[in-house]
Amino acid sequence: MSQPEPEIYTFDFHKETAEILAESSDELKLKIGEFAGPLDLLLYLIRQEQANIFDIPIARITDEYLRFIRLMKSLDIAVAADFLVMASTLIEIKSKMLLPRDPTAEAAGEEMDDPRQELVDRLLEYEKYKSAAQMLYEKTTLEQAVFARGKIESDDANAEIDAGVFDLLTVFQKIVARRAEEIKMEIHREEISLADMIRDLKRRIFETGEVSLIAFFEEMHSRRELVTAFIAALEIVRTESVKLIQKKTFGDVILRKV
Amino acid sequence: MSETAAQPARGTSELVAVVEALIFVADEPITSKLIGEVLDEDKQAIEAAVEQLKQEYENRDSGLQIREIAGGWQIATRTEFHEEIRKFLKTRPSAKLSIASLETLAVIAYKQPVTVPEILEIRGVQSASAIKTLLDKRLIVAKGRKETVGRPMQYGTSKDFLIQFGLKDLTELPSVEDFEDLAGGLT
Repeated sequence: MSQPEPEIYTFDFHKETAEILAESSDELKLKIGEFAGPLDLLLYLIRQEQANIFDIPIARITDEYLRFIRLMKSLDIAVAADFLVMASTLIEIKSKMLLPRDPTAEAAGEEMDDPRQELVDRLLEYEKYKSAAQMLYEKTTLEQAVFARGKIESDDANAEIDAGVFDLLTVFQKIVARRAEEIKMEIHREEISLADMIRDLKRRIFETGEVSLIAFFEEMHSRRELVTAFIAALEIVRTESVKLIQKKTFGDVILRKV
Repeated sequence: MSETAAQPARGTSELVAVVEALIFVADEPITSKLIGEVLDEDKQAIEAAVEQLKQEYENRDSGLQIREIAGGWQIATRTEFHEEIRKFLKTRPSAKLSIASLETLAVIAYKQPVTVPEILEIRGVQSASAIKTLLDKRLIVAKGRKETVGRPMQYGTSKDFLIQFGLKDLTELPSVEDFEDLAGGLT
């Protein structure tokens, strides 16, 4: 029932260019063109219609342009906003051309502005840069066939050779400074386990006979160590034959071997 | 009593030889002015020497050529041998610029300094990603802001642009008016 489509267009809008491929029924893909923007597409359509750029058949070109836009949409391709802007410009020009001329202006002998003029100027301007882009393309292609010498070894190319004794000294000082910081952090972090603490405290009690708790606690460097020392003291009192002696309220507590 | 031992005057062939050596070691195209400063010779003498050197390369059908690029001189291979060189270097030509990037570059090259809205006006399409590509490839550089609404950034071509496109300077680009014949020929 359905007639085979004479041609299907696919559009590729990657990198700001539209690539239009015509696909015939035998799956052969024909690249119709690659468009760098709406002006480029418009130039292509004008050429296709073999129209004169200074006398663009605006109705026909607008229809063709809109057909392309619709095809893009039917293929679920996001149509770049710039292409839609051009579509609205074309429609605006088309409608202006349909309006009857102002008879009073005509009677006064005034030149009627051609609504297409601005578009023609833009197309001509764009076409110049399109040609310039082509010229640049040829130049860069040619240039890629020419090779200059690679970099020669120099102080610029080998920056490390540039370092003197003082550079080494500076770097060394930095390393030393960093190392000092690291050591400080290690002391801060160093923690003694409860088992070590108990062993240490026990040894001191049994070697000296008695230990002042306040003096013992004052040796601690951190809150954590203090807590560990306190638990160690409690543990020793519980497990060993050690007495706690306090001579007056809130006074020093002495751990004494029994 | 002048302490500075006067440079022994170089003979022409010696001057040509030392100029050749300097062009050879220079990483970037080296200007006649810079060569003159290094050798303590005047610019005319340098230019005459470069010219003679160029002739010598051409006369003996050398595989190398002396080229004027980005306002300076460069020793480079001749285009004829690109296939052999690529075979040896095991490289492919680098990725070509997209049409969008080339068009944007063309507008910037001819209209510089030019702003993004001005490029849009000519191309009829947003050029942001093309501009980013060109900036990444160092073909264009920011050239300050335009004192107008929004103070948009202005762009112009770089020295790398001249080097990569094999141009002596911007005046070597064909005049944009030359392209008008092509544009008008569209009927």
